[in-house]
Amino acid sequence: MSRSRVDQVLGTSLGVAGGLATLLIAAIALFLMRESWAVFQSVGIRRFLTDTSWNPTEKLFGLAPMLLASVLTGVGAVVIAAPLGLGSALCSRFYVGKQMARVQRAIVTLMSGIPSVVFGLWGLVVLVPLIGKYMPPGTSLLAAMLVLALMILPTVALTADAALAAVPAALNQGAAALGLSREATILHVLLPAARTGIVAGILLSLGRALGETMAVLMVAGNVVLIPASLFEPVRTLTANVALEMAYAVGDHRASLFVSGLALTVAVGALAIASWRMTEGRFRA
Amino acid sequence: MTCLFSRRVAVAAILASATAARAQQPALSGRLVVTGSSTVAPLVLEIAKVFEKRHSGVRIDVQTGGSSRGLADVRNGLADIGMVSRALTSSENDVIGAPIARDGIGLITHKSNLIASLDEKAVADLFTGRVTDWKDVGGLPGRVTIVNKAEGRSTLELFLQHFKLKNSEIKASVVIGDNAQGLKTVAGAPSAIGYVSIGTAEFEVEQGAAVKLIAIGGVKPSSAAVLGGTYPLSRPLTLVTRAAPVGLAAALIAFARSNEVHTLVKEQFFVPLQS
Repeated sequence: MSRSRVDQVLGTSLGVAGGLATLLIAAIALFLMRESWAVFQSVGIRRFLTDTSWNPTEKLFGLAPMLLASVLTGVGAVVIAAPLGLGSALCSRFYVGKQMARVQRAIVTLMSGIPSVVFGLWGLVVLVPLIGKYMPPGTSLLAAMLVLALMILPTVALTADAALAAVPAALNQGAAALGLSREATILHVLLPAARTGIVAGILLSLGRALGETMAVLMVAGNVVLIPASLFEPVRTLTANVALEMAYAVGDHRASLFVSGLALTVAVGALAIASWRMTEGRFRA
Repeated sequence: MTCLFSRRVAVAAILASATAARAQQPALSGRLVVTGSSTVAPLVLEIAKVFEKRHSGVRIDVQTGGSSRGLADVRNGLADIGMVSRALTSSENDVIGAPIARDGIGLITHKSNLIASLDEKAVADLFTGRVTDWKDVGGLPGRVTIVNKAEGRSTLELFLQHFKLKNSEIKASVVIGDNAQGLKTVAGAPSAIGYVSIGTAEFEVEQGAAVKLIAIGGVKPSSAAVLGGTYPLSRPLTLVTRAAPVGLAAALIAFARSNEVHTLVKEQFFVPLQS
């Protein structure tokens, strides 16, 4: 086969694969909309945001507290995990020996492979009773944030590590030639240079935190309310679908698809935001 | 020679008996539509799977939609069998009901809780937040943690129906999905009270989980009390037909009421009819 022929075959098959992936995502979005459509017509979109509570069998469909809960748990987890993950990446790259760094990286990689349900179970039997001693019952927004933070920590650490590794060696050498201290090099040369990759990694883990279901379901308490403190229970959109889908019928079932649709829109907006941000950086 | 002869007789006898057996039990075939309660459906689905495996010509189509749909579908002929997660009322004498199992739910607290029994009013007061401290119902002082089920679950439906409550009235501190999660949550919270299917709770207590079952009005929840009908928080799971069932429907109902399905019934955390 000539070179151009190979290219042609490869190009076509990659094009087909890419097209299929796009089609699949479009199909999922369309499916969510179709399943939600009935309840949009009978109840209306507005009531999902304005109804005072979530009791679909009593015809109350307020989703707003759950939308807020998803955002709070996700952002909270990132706030906890981002500094720790970044610290872990900086530590393994600049502050420990090669051997030690390899061990640390192996542990973080291993941690990223732990199934989320294991984190959830650990949270339920260890973390929740611990918080419960201080503020019963312990199943709370705080517990959800901590479990999620633990879950996304490896993602933040590994992507930050990769971003730092991708910084051109010339920058590091230049800083050394100027006689900058290690701290100054990290803070003023390397971190700004790796910023795009680090931010992209954080947004990726935020997306993962928003989509997580089982771990959150087990520790968050799942009461639909707007939390007044870190110790109050919350229910996220994903937990809502998982809790009620098995037995829901009619408008109740359709309103769970609305939960899914709301989450998809939120994660989609996040993806677009991260894409625009990284695009902007590359151009600047 | 005699040996050969006797062997031939034996073969003939086996053939004859096999033919006779086939004649006694005509091969079942056809299709049944079963609709109704989402509580009963998972059990009927499991029973139907075994039934279909035994009679290769049979297809059973199980659909959910609530007990009222089951009754309506049977009445207007859309379904052969309806599933109803309660006893039939006296006004529903136009259909014929056959119970296949009983469902019961038990109140559970942490093992360390001193309370052994609560009356009906105390339970309603606790779950609606009229009482928020254990000392007001005879326990040690401490805030009560209410563990409620997620909307749509059959245990929630039975609980609300029995205590004449609406789900929006319940002041829950934790909302849980399945029974296992409920048991783990209560085992980890000394201040908690919740409710789960009695079958699961009994199993977990036997395994040494840090929970205990609470009596209602002095009646201790147990599978035996559910079966005997003395325990208030229970209900029969019923299959209904428009007339006395015949043919395939009769065979399925008889199978669903037989001792052979007891393992399936227990796997769904229900109480089998008779042991």
